Amino acid sequence: MEIQENKSTLSVTPRNDEKIKKIWKTAGILLAITVVEFIMAFTMGRGILLYSAFIILTIWKAKYIMMEFMHLGDEVKPLFYSIIVPLIFLVWLVIALVKEGSEIFLLRW
Amino acid sequence: MSAHSTAIGVSSKRGVWDGGNEPLKASYGKLMMWFFLLSDIFTFAAFLITYISIRVSYPAYAGSAEVFAGSNEYWPVPEMVFKALPFLHGFNAPLIFVGIMTFILIASSVTMVLAVEAGHRNDRKDVVKWMLWTLVGGITFLSCQAWEWSHFIHGTDGGSVLTYVNSLGKVVQETVFGANLHVNEYGPAAFAQLFFFITGFHGFHVTVGVFLLFLCFYQAAVGIYDRRGHYEMVEKIGLYWHFVDLVWVFVFTLFYLI
Repeated sequence: MEIQENKSTLSVTPRNDEKIKKIWKTAGILLAITVVEFIMAFTMGRGILLYSAFIILTIWKAKYIMMEFMHLGDEVKPLFYSIIVPLIFLVWLVIALVKEGSEIFLLRW
Repeated sequence: MSAHSTAIGVSSKRGVWDGGNEPLKASYGKLMMWFFLLSDIFTFAAFLITYISIRVSYPAYAGSAEVFAGSNEYWPVPEMVFKALPFLHGFNAPLIFVGIMTFILIASSVTMVLAVEAGHRNDRKDVVKWMLWTLVGGITFLSCQAWEWSHFIHGTDGGSVLTYVNSLGKVVQETVFGANLHVNEYGPAAFAQLFFFITGFHGFHVTVGVFLLFLCFYQAAVGIYDRRGHYEMVEKIGLYWHFVDLVWVFVFTLFYLI
């Protein structure tokens, strides 16, 4: 009885190479974006252009992690939107606090 | 997993009132993990946006990188601060070490997603293998961070000459080495404070993650998930681990690149 309970009743499905290939492809994309960021950090002059490029590339990477690795894209739409839509609030927080920070800068220096 | 005959899925493993309900076609555990992660996203976002806010309230370093010297008058250039490598004293390697750390964390995220994929196939051998690799990646990342912190705290050979208010409330001008919450040789006090606070909070998450990974690795290895009939725990812990990677992607950009 004991032994029988320990024995797995689950059947192992063989590997789906297509799926695994897709995972490695996503990994390659993430690494490539990071390498591009690195190159940009040393070749481009600092300024608003470089910073916006960094932020866009970062959000792009975040998209890959959430959609491919966390499988958020495979969830049903209501779940997908209940995770993504609240993040819109952050847009205002960024605008508000960057404005705040620059006002402090003007006051102080 | 189970056949969904109704609009709201009900797991065959549990009763409707015992977490067997599957609203949004995700199990109770997975759903709760997602909402926990959403709240954690807000916490980290608050920290990182605070970083941006404080950063723009200081002048940026405007001179050339070669003659950079730390000062509490302006915000430092990250590649001039994070440029050391273990075992290579005095070697100038801007951002190389933190690049390696990023690489390790992304790699461990990849092995995690491979473990989740193996879990879907009920393949215990593959789950155990990939969980072990993920665990190795997590521990390596933490060790790297420990070194990074240690170097940040102890500072460079030369230090920086700063004028600041010391702990006795007196204005002093002296050479400062390394960093603490009061003063640091790299930039304004807020620079080190935010560094400790944000990378520390992330490191805490990684530490928790490593414990969870070990738990998951152990339970998979001794066959608990086989007996349970599903490998959903791998998926849930995988979500958490990917989240840790996700946060690092933002910390990397905001702290080390911008």
